This record gives sequence, C-alpha cells and structure tokens, in this order.
Amino acid sequence: MQTIGDHKLPHFFNYPPYFTLQPVRETREKQIQLWKELILDYCRTQKKFVINVEQDFPLFSNPAIERSLTHEARVAFLSALVLDGRAEWMDKSHRQCLILWHRIKDWADIILHFVKENGLEDSVMTVEEIRSGIESRGTEIHGMDRTVLMRALKLLENKGKLAIFKGSSTDDEGVKFSV
Amino acid sequence: MAGNWLLPAETTTSGRPVLRPGEVESSLQPSVDLLTEENPNLPPFRSGLLILTTYRLLWLPNPESTTTTATTTTSAAAASLPLAAVTHIFQTKKSIKGMFASPRVRFQVSVTPEGKVQERGSKSMVITLVLRGKSDPDSFVAKFWEAWRGRAWEGAVSGSDTGTVSLGDGGGGSSSGGGEAGGLALRLPVVGVSGILRKEQEMWESTDKSLQDAFQDLNALMNKAKDMVMLAEKMRQKLLSGSNSQANATNDDEMGSKEEMQDWLLSVGIVSPVTKESAGALYHQELSRQLADFVKIPLERAGGIMNLIDIYCLFNRARGTGSVPYGSPSCISISFILERTSDSLFSFGTELISPDDLLRACSLWEKFNVPVMLKKFESGVMVIQNKSHSDEEVFSRIRSLVQKPDALQTGVSATDAARTLGIAPAMAKEHLLAAESKGFLCRDVSADGFRFYINIFQDIDPNDEYL
Repeated sequence: MQTIGDHKLPHFFNYPPYFTLQPVRETREKQIQLWKELILDYCRTQKKFVINVEQDFPLFSNPAIERSLTHEARVAFLSALVLDGRAEWMDKSHRQCLILWHRIKDWADIILHFVKENGLEDSVMTVEEIRSGIESRGTEIHGMDRTVLMRALKLLENKGKLAIFKGSSTDDEGVKFSV
Repeated sequence: MAGNWLLPAETTTSGRPVLRPGEVESSLQPSVDLLTEENPNLPPFRSGLLILTTYRLLWLPNPESTTTTATTTTSAAAASLPLAAVTHIFQTKKSIKGMFASPRVRFQVSVTPEGKVQERGSKSMVITLVLRGKSDPDSFVAKFWEAWRGRAWEGAVSGSDTGTVSLGDGGGGSSSGGGEAGGLALRLPVVGVSGILRKEQEMWESTDKSLQDAFQDLNALMNKAKDMVMLAEKMRQKLLSGSNSQANATNDDEMGSKEEMQDWLLSVGIVSPVTKESAGALYHQELSRQLADFVKIPLERAGGIMNLIDIYCLFNRARGTGSVPYGSPSCISISFILERTSDSLFSFGTELISPDDLLRACSLWEKFNVPVMLKKFESGVMVIQNKSHSDEEVFSRIRSLVQKPDALQTGVSATDAARTLGIAPAMAKEHLLAAESKGFLCRDVSADGFRFYINIFQDIDPNDEYL
C-alpha cells in the first residue's frame, strides 16, 4: 500500500481518473465524496489545518502515476468541504483553506473534556499553554491551529464556560475556566 | 377490386416511387384528386401526391396518412397511369368561377371496355385531376404536355424489345420525334449550383452563336443517349456473362477493359434527383425519402452508423453522377455516358443539395416510417444510424474493451476504441463519451492525452477503502 509519510492511502489513489475532475454528475459526486474523506482523514492524522491551493500539497499529486489535481479540481473538492461545514476559506480569493476535521463546537467539547480530565475547572491558562503546554501533550489539542483554538474558546466564552482576558505579555491571552 | 382501374405502382419502403430505367421526374403536385367524372363507378383517388414523370403519371397516397393510419395505405395504394395511354390533354378553361375553385386538369385516356386504363384501348375516357395544393396549374399542364409529347417511353420500350441498338444509325432517326423525346427526357429542372451554371450557359448561348452550335451538336448526342444506355447495358451483360463462361480465355486487354467497366459501375448514383423545382414544398419530404432509400447500403457497409458529413459527400456524389441508386448498377445513366464520351458541358453533376437541405431531410425521418434515424451526440456531432443498430451492442463491446488487463491499467483512448470497434476515431470518441455520460466510463485527462477507464467510483465503499 502506498503511503505519504505515515499516512496510508486508499487503493484508488493509483486510479488515474481519480485525479481528473469528472464531468458526469453522478460520477463526480462520488469522486468528490471520496476526496472529501481522504482530505479530512489525511489532515487529521497529519495535524494539517491549512491547505494552500496554490502550493504543493502531498495529497494532491501522485508521482507514481504522474497525475496531479488541477487548480479547478482542488478548488472544487475544498469548496465541497466548505459546503459541508468541514472547511472554511480564509480569504476571498480562495487561496487558503482552513480544514476543520472537527467542527468548532466539537473542538469546544474536546477542550471541556480536557479541562475536566486535568482538574483545571477553575484555573487560569494562557492560550499558548493550552496549545503546547505539558497538560495537553498527547491530546488532539496539542499543536492545534491557533485560529481554530481561539474560535473554540470564543464559543465557550459565549456559553459562560470561561473568560478570555489580555495577559501580561501583549502577544498572549489568558483563559479563566469556570466550568 | 374496382379501384384497380389504374395500374399499380411500385414504391420503396420509404414511399418513393420506383422509377424505370431512364424515367425522370418532372413535376410533383401535392394534394391531388384523380377521378373520372364520366364514370362514377370508378372510385376516385383522393388527396395524394401526383408525380409526373417522363413515362407515367404516378399517384401516391398522402405521405402523412401512410405513416399514421395503416388502413389508408391498404385502401389507396400507389397507382400509375402510363402517358402512352393518354390520347388528349384538354386546355384549361379560364373563367371567373374557376378562380375560386381548385384548378382542374382534364385529359383523355384510352381504356378497355371494362374501364381499365390501357394503351391502345378500344374506348376512351376523360380523367380529371383536381389540384388542391398551392401550385401553378399552368406550368404543370405545360410540363404534362411536354412529357406526353416527348414520348420518352417509346425509346425505352422499343430498345428493350428489340435489343438491337447501334451507335451509327441513331442520328438519323433522332431528327424528328425521337429527337425531341431524348431532349425532353434529359431536361431536368434545376436549382442551386446547377441553376447558376444553367444561367451561365444561357448567357453564352445568347452572346456566342458558335457556342450554340456546339450545344446543338451536344443535343444530337444527347438524343442518342438512350441508345447508349442500352449499349452500355448490353456491354455490362456481356461482361457479366463473359466472366463466367470465358474465365480461362481472357487476355490482358479484356481484363483491362473489364476493370475499367467495373470502375464505372462503381460510381453509380441516382437517376432522378428530387429538385426544389420539381417538388416545390414537398422538396424536403421527397428528399428525405430518397435519402432514406439511398443510405441503406452505405450504412450497412459502415456497420450501421455513419457520420452525417460522410453521407452528405456520398449522397451528393451520387446525385452528381446522376446515376441509379447505389448498388443497383442495372442502368447506367445517360449523363454518365455523356460525361464519358464528350467531356460534356451539359452534365448533371450539379444537382447538389446543401448541408441544410440534408439536415432538414434527415429531421423529417421521424415522421416517416423509415428504418434509419438521425442521432445527435451530446457534443453536437450528428450521425445517421440504422434503427436496428443499438447502442447496447456498442456498449457491450466497449465494456469488454475497457476490462482487458491492459485497459484496466492504462485506460483506452479513442484511437484504441476505434481500432477495436472498426469505426472512425471521432465516432469512437462519441461512443466513449456516451458511455461516460451513462456513468459507465470515466475520464483521465493528463499530459498523455484523453483516456477512458472503467468507472470504479460507484463500486468504492467508503468504509472499505483501505482493503
């Protein structure tokens, strides 16, 4: 089986038509479905949060069969993810795409779970600590994209589960949990 | 049956009359009643298509009713009336009253005592044609008169009866009535390219006396054209019999001439092209039927499907050579002989149809009960195919092609498919695209080109994709 890094690829990754955007509607729908799953799966295992359409992305080409996705196809597959709520365009020109293999509210639940697991219900942490601190090591939160993390924290703040405040250093923010 | 007072007329499956060798259509009139006012016992023929040829008057049942109701077809079959039986054509009377009624043309024919139309019958009877269609009765009468006076049928009958035709003695006899017959039989109505050419010819005639003389010479030659047809026919018969009986005794010379003859026979066409002038509003309908008859054999050769452009070329070539329909070299056309013998200025090779005419004629097939159909691929490419020619069969061949081990690995290109299916690459591509649109194939576009693979997308189970 073919792999990219440690990610196992499905057998149809060597099927040349997989890399050509199919014009027939039914076939295309199925193809898009397969691509969406592969992109989410790959990003989850590789902890990739952002795909730049105009740059090389390992998944978008298969040197073994000398095929790669056209720009049109990349935009089509990512747009399909955006429609599903599993991705967001980060700019109007659709160059960068934020991949949400967990939705924001799922991320929020994961953070809450993490807080409870570690007995942090009333503690204060900085955002950077959550992303890269000792407590989060080994969880999905570790190394998570800052944008995604901030959006999840904002959602929890709206629910009254925590308060975000400006920390002592200007480039970091603090979080006061009150679960 | 009392309806048999006229002679039956043969028609093709698509409803075109079967013309005799040398017979040429000169006028078509829609919605014509054929009846006799003297003898009401004879059932009239109502509202059919009347075709005036150089030999006969043909009455065909209404084209619409032949396809819609089978009963009409059986009750009113195509009928014919030999011009030879016509003894007099009455002048049309002009009257105020006549301006409002449908124009009528009356003529007298000779009949048997029972009232059956027959040449040299003992009695005579007046037949009335009621022209209900929008047409010019005067020009029809003129053509009728011309065809009747032309006596084109006589040459054909006597030729086939006696079977003795020589090139030498034709000239003398042709100066009188026979000459006129030949000339009239050959005077096809012309439109389009031929119309322009004819006009040019007329200009020459008026300005250049000597050219007119040349043209007259040509007329003399044309008067003998019928004889030449006979001669050519005889030669062909001889060739055919010769190839059987003297297979061992042929020398090189004979072989050469045989081959040449065979070549001639290969480029046969249609003797009586339907032209806009002769058919008027019926032009496309008649063209459509003629085309349906014509395409049968080329279609068969091409495996049941042909590009419209190829048909266009073949059909125009056939009309151009002005010979008998494809595959029936029983009659070598007059014009064909003329071209061979004199590098004729007056060739029929100009009765071409326009692409638009062809398309319209093909579109009309839906209305008629013909075994061929026009098909438009999604890309816009249009083909003619037999109704019996099924896409299923092509698909099943494509299916087996793409499932070969090689094709599973590298797919198939239009060229590969063309080779396997024995058709043109452009056509093969259409078939592949059609199969793709049905979800049966999918495409791979890369630097290597355009290839098709069997569609496995539908079979991939998302939960099972790593197996």
